[in-house]
Amino acid sequence: MNYDWNWSIFLAPTIDGASRYVWWILSGLAFTVFISLCAWAIALVIGIGLGVTRTLPPRLGRALATAYVELFRNVPLLVQLFFWYYIAPVVFLPVSLQTALNRANPVATQTLTMIVCLGLFTAARVCEQVRAGIQAQPRGRFNAGYALGLTRIHVYRFVILPLAFRVIVPPLTSEFLNVFKNSAVALTIGLLELTARSRQMGEFTAHVFEAFIAATLLYFLIAQITSHAMHALEARLRIPGHGLGGSA
Amino acid sequence: MSEPIVIESVSKWYGETQVLFDCNARIAKGEVVVVCGPSGSGKSTLIKCINALEPIQRGRIVVGEHTLPAPAAQLPAIRAKVGMVFQHFELFPHMDVLHNLTFAPMRVLKRDRAAATDKALGLLQRVGLSAFAGKFPGQLSGGQQQRVAIARALCMEPECMLFDEPTSALDPEMVNEVLDVMTGLAAEGMTMVCVTHEMGFARKVAHRVLFMDEGKIFDDCASEVFFAERESRSTRAQKFLSSIVA
Repeated sequence: MNYDWNWSIFLAPTIDGASRYVWWILSGLAFTVFISLCAWAIALVIGIGLGVTRTLPPRLGRALATAYVELFRNVPLLVQLFFWYYIAPVVFLPVSLQTALNRANPVATQTLTMIVCLGLFTAARVCEQVRAGIQAQPRGRFNAGYALGLTRIHVYRFVILPLAFRVIVPPLTSEFLNVFKNSAVALTIGLLELTARSRQMGEFTAHVFEAFIAATLLYFLIAQITSHAMHALEARLRIPGHGLGGSA
Repeated sequence: MSEPIVIESVSKWYGETQVLFDCNARIAKGEVVVVCGPSGSGKSTLIKCINALEPIQRGRIVVGEHTLPAPAAQLPAIRAKVGMVFQHFELFPHMDVLHNLTFAPMRVLKRDRAAATDKALGLLQRVGLSAFAGKFPGQLSGGQQQRVAIARALCMEPECMLFDEPTSALDPEMVNEVLDVMTGLAAEGMTMVCVTHEMGFARKVAHRVLFMDEGKIFDDCASEVFFAERESRSTRAQKFLSSIVA
């Protein structure tokens, strides 16, 4: 293979002369991290709500939550992104708002769209894990709470959810990691996140390998930090004398 | 004597399957009633109906001034007055012993922390576990966990106590420490309904024995009568007794 390695290319000025390639990559990284953390926050809030709903008696709530999961889990993320970016505004927004959206800063609309899309997509997956964590709790544990006169809200909030959450930290960790990786589809609507920036750098400099190796290492670094943080959380939540929080 | 628990013509189904058949019983204040019978006879189901952990489809149950079935919104208030101890202890594993004891009094009875803690420490001392207030349930033996569970129920100052096979999950050497606590409670005049296979406890402590089989109450009599006059009991009870009492 005849490839002209040049790692100092990162310090070279960009083609427009306005920046250096290292800053391109780092700004891409910033977008990736920002989008992912915002999407994860949305996914946790909606996912926990849906997951709890799926374990409650009211049938309508359960049916709606199930429908949500089926819809968002079974349609490819890329298709969902195109839907939110190209179709949803035209179908759902009044013309005046559409015009305002078209005039708005495209980076802002792309970022917002990606956060919402990835958040709603991941919520379906978080929902299923929360539901599994709740259903892993023994019946007697609910009964013990009810027998003390606690309401369902108390039992869920103070007994079941804290224990269910401990059970699902490991699968939630891999879901969290997926969020970072899935955020790369944002490049298809023109958002310059990490993958897009490295592709852009590769195209302008012909140093494709350096650019994608940098991106790969940065994704790897994000994943390492995330899984270490989640491990630390798991250790912090460990109950003395108790296993994982499944059964006694 | 007032009657804190009255069970009237109670029937219950799981789907199509009937599990309780027209059960009747009256339990007086301060009375200790043992419910016994072969497994699958509906004993646990019956006492779970008393605090509405299991809904009933026919009949009614009077608990203090409340009557079941009742609207779901009233159930927490009813249950708060009925203590329950479970076969598998069911302490909250992520709370230490003291927190297990103070949690419901603070949330449900709105006690302040100091009052709830005082009460909890007093009850822990009574079940002989003062030194364990800061331990987690997973760090205790089964017998210790069950004594904590009894103390937890007592922290709510219940009008009566339900015991659902409280010693069945225990190693043999731990059974007595739990029965001793229950015996002490009975001596103090607590109204108790105990599902148990401990016939020694039934003989010594219970005032009355209910014998159940296949979802029906076959015998309801004073415990001395139940054990002394076996031949006058239902044939099912005789068979049950001869199979478990040597």
